[in-house]
Amino acid sequence: MSVLILIDHADGHVKKASLEALTYGAAVAKQLGVPAAGLLLGTVTEDVAALGQYGISTVYQVANETFNTLDAQVYAKAITAAVGTTGATVVIFSHNQTGKAVAPRVSAALKAGLVAGAVALPDTASGFVVKKAVFSGKAFANVSVTSAIKVISVNPNSFKVEAVGGTAEVKALDVTPVAARVKVTAVNKVSGEVPLTEADIVVSAGRGLKGPENWGIVEDLAHVLHAALACSRPVADSHWRPHHEHVGQTGFQVAPNLYIAIGISGAIQHLAGVNRSKVMVVINKDPEAPFFKAADYGIVGDAFEVVPKLTAAIKQLKG
Amino acid sequence: MKILVCVSKTPDTTSKIAFKDGNTKFDEAGVQWIINPYDEWYSLVRAIELKEKDAATVIHLVTVGGADTEPVIRKALALGGDEAIRVNAEGGDSFFIASQIAEIAKQGGYDLILAGKETIDFNGASIGGMVAELLDVPYVALATKFELNGTTAVVTREIEGGEEVAEVALPVVVSCQKGVAEQRIPNMRGIMAARTKPLKVVEPVGADNLTQVVSYELPPAKAGVKLVAADNVDELVRLLHEEAKVI
Ligand SMILES: Cc1cc2nc3c(=O)[nH]c(=O)nc-3n(C[C@H](O)[C@H](O)[C@H](O)COP(=O)(O)OP(=O)(O)OC[C@H]3O[C@@H](n4cnc5c(N)ncnc54)[C@H](O)[C@@H]3O)c2cc1C
Repeated sequence: MSVLILIDHADGHVKKASLEALTYGAAVAKQLGVPAAGLLLGTVTEDVAALGQYGISTVYQVANETFNTLDAQVYAKAITAAVGTTGATVVIFSHNQTGKAVAPRVSAALKAGLVAGAVALPDTASGFVVKKAVFSGKAFANVSVTSAIKVISVNPNSFKVEAVGGTAEVKALDVTPVAARVKVTAVNKVSGEVPLTEADIVVSAGRGLKGPENWGIVEDLAHVLHAALACSRPVADSHWRPHHEHVGQTGFQVAPNLYIAIGISGAIQHLAGVNRSKVMVVINKDPEAPFFKAADYGIVGDAFEVVPKLTAAIKQLKG
Repeated sequence: MKILVCVSKTPDTTSKIAFKDGNTKFDEAGVQWIINPYDEWYSLVRAIELKEKDAATVIHLVTVGGADTEPVIRKALALGGDEAIRVNAEGGDSFFIASQIAEIAKQGGYDLILAGKETIDFNGASIGGMVAELLDVPYVALATKFELNGTTAVVTREIEGGEEVAEVALPVVVSCQKGVAEQRIPNMRGIMAARTKPLKVVEPVGADNLTQVVSYELPPAKAGVKLVAADNVDELVRLLHEEAKVI
């Protein structure tokens, strides 16, 4: 019995979402009184043993560069094999892009029940029950996993990364990848931006901004806060902003520490994707805007006046 | 080209989310049902676009659900598609549902299986990947664009902070999200045609449930908004820094 956590990486670096998954997995292992190990498929430039600081005793690595590109089928076969050799009974992913592609495959291959998008540690008092977000953040479900092996993908930003110190023993795992069928022909990263689903702070704007030419004030605020940018659905639909910034029930669901909504009315479909944020701030000129019912802090005012002042005040705070 | 589109019904996005029977069941009273937006706006519309380009394309829709899902399926057929298959089973977890869809897929011999990236009620994001695993075919999740180049799928997919283009030979399972297509409104002709399109009902195959929802809960109520005057942004910054400790 052990807990195995997938260490997801890109461009040679372990993703923040994976550090959260490691922290989560280490806590699950502690709760069950079993060891926690990481599984690294592929290669990273960082010191792998140092991942022990997140509470895992071992990192199993398959140092084959095939894994540096995501082919969910290749990943699932390797993970399934690793679960067999390590005797893992709980397999943990981040509910990020990789986890969404791979965890369901691993679940089906092992006939191991999957809780996708966990927001809390399992309740193991009687059985194995994990809380997950449902109805796009409007509610939670407590899901009992009844199979012998359990698969959990952890919602990004639900667990704070905790470094407890220590180093992990790195063990090479002998797994030959099956032939990849997915070939990546182009990668297009928006450089210099904080990825939305990994961000601690999100600055989001809506139709109240009137047009794409006015986004400078939003970008400036995001910049001083090292925040990711987001927008409401009509803003993305009108191509004022790219699709990957659309948050809400039919866009990205985010749960940052701080969500700042500028010129967004707060429609139920918008709130559904953002209301798990720890703190929400609304700036809207209409005091009746529904967002004021959901937010923690608010300013009734014109975004074009308030936002530049806010940016300046934060700049001053940060010195 | 034979395409299978997975379709699920979900509560309308404005539905009041409430639970009954000691918070163990979703309260369906007064709820309007819609086609899961990811299935409708992206997977289904993209399949229809492919058929518009190549008339030899056949589109089947599949859903797992009781007889009460039929109006939603008819609505999907009004947008397009040649026939629908309903696997007659209520409830069931992701693995159970994926097992049913995989069974239909095996029998139908599809080149392409499209699913939405997730349902907006359970948010499992699991069906596509499970079906792919059960069929042992490749899976590309979170597509934002989908093109066909002969028998190769060219899929743009979301990655952290960007996108990448992945090529994969058919057959393949792809989960779709915004960007893949644009929402369409069914027209009168489509609605009329949908009435006579075949809707086959098949019985489920035996499959396990590996998970079970034991209870639901609503998020704790918010304490209420603290308003700060528009000419006093310094106070907002102070509150965020000292009280909320988020900046
Ligand atoms: C099935 C379905 C799914 C949907 N999914 C989503 C989703 O995922 N995400 C999403 O966002 N929406 C979604 N919507 C749309 C949603 O219902 C709203 O229409 C949308 O969120 C409104 O966007 P908005 O707040 O930017 O625009 P509006 O509702 O037009 O609000 C603009 C706001 O800006 C304020 N404003 C105007 N000028 C200023 C100014 N100078 N300074 C400050 N404030 C100003 C106004 O008071 C107003 O409150 C969905 C709808 C449906 C039917």
